[in-house]
Amino acid sequence: MIQYLQTLGAQTRASFTKLGRATLFLLAVLSGIHSVVPRPKLLLNQLYSVGVLSFLIITISGLFVGMVLGLQGYYTLSDFGAEESLGVMVATSLVRELGPVVSALLFAGRAGSALTAEIGLMKATEQLSGMEMMAIDPLKRIIAPRFLAGLLSLPLLSALFSAVGIIGGELVGSGLLGLDEGAYWSQMQAKLDFQGDIVNGIIKSIAFAFVTTWIALFEGYDAIPTSEGVSRATTRTVVNSAFSILGLDFILTALMFGDH
Amino acid sequence: MQQSKTQDTLVGLFVAAGIAGLFFLSFQVSNLSSLSQREGYTITARFENSGGLKVRSPVSAAGVKIGQVSHIYFDTKTYQSVVTMRIDSQYNTLPDDTTASIFTAGLLGEQYVNLEPGGSDSFLKDNSKIDITQPAIILEKAIGQFLFKAAEEKSE
Repeated sequence: MIQYLQTLGAQTRASFTKLGRATLFLLAVLSGIHSVVPRPKLLLNQLYSVGVLSFLIITISGLFVGMVLGLQGYYTLSDFGAEESLGVMVATSLVRELGPVVSALLFAGRAGSALTAEIGLMKATEQLSGMEMMAIDPLKRIIAPRFLAGLLSLPLLSALFSAVGIIGGELVGSGLLGLDEGAYWSQMQAKLDFQGDIVNGIIKSIAFAFVTTWIALFEGYDAIPTSEGVSRATTRTVVNSAFSILGLDFILTALMFGDH
Repeated sequence: MQQSKTQDTLVGLFVAAGIAGLFFLSFQVSNLSSLSQREGYTITARFENSGGLKVRSPVSAAGVKIGQVSHIYFDTKTYQSVVTMRIDSQYNTLPDDTTASIFTAGLLGEQYVNLEPGGSDSFLKDNSKIDITQPAIILEKAIGQFLFKAAEEKSE
């Protein structure tokens, strides 16, 4: 009995110390972020590997998600004779929820796992310690540019996801199902608010970018420097990112759209 | 060096595409383009009941959108709903005996203000008032009246 209590206590303490380490890590990264400014090349390289390489998966997924929304929405709306509202339905669900959330999940799988594996492997092969020996702060040189790149890329990617998805819904709606193109766009423009929908969606994706990149970088930096440790850290990145994205999304939705 | 150049180009393309996506969402998808203050003038109308009319609801004449509702408030003296509408400046030849009524687009659609031009020679100007209005039809009220009438006829 005592033993169980002890394991419970040890686990609780371990998770809290990890949370504390993660917070200290975040503070150190944030205070080191200004060092990226004199070296834009570092940021550019990371924008390439984090943003450009995620471009294709995000746009293709966005297209298909939009097309499926268009198809399914059409069947449901046609029961009520409200096919004209297809544009509103597709655009609202993409801009408010699916765009930020699905692109963040894909981003965690595509870019987050790569970041964790890269940094974990750097740690395992003692490249990070080597840098410290040369009086180069790996937090400034390695972590900060990656953090900034993630923070910049994901909002752009989720805007692309939503935009491509809306076009995909339009392709299905007017191309395949013979809906009026003008009604699709005009109803959408009448119902979607710039402040309430577009800006809130972007705020959501910035929050997700922050959390996902933070988790990915911390798990890599905190990984046990063995091949197994790195593989576990990569798994944890994807799982924890997914949990935090979905949990955070609920809270943000309740805060942003809860009052009406 | 060559490789770094292509990388630069790709990153540039990525950022440009992302910003293009943001612009697309702002101007094509949302109401930002119609939000920009177009040239126009405002008129007000008092309704017994403005129903489900909201700010930004369309104002139309003969089925064509000519403006939108900019402000709605409840007048505590007359117990009426005061609706301020902004009409695009190109439609400046509405007679001052125009009738305003609140209709519903479709059975379940949103409500809008319909302006029915009268026959006067003088036109509505900025800040002028519409005198003849017709309130929104409240479905529950209409059904209630209908049921009441039907019951009355039965008892006779």
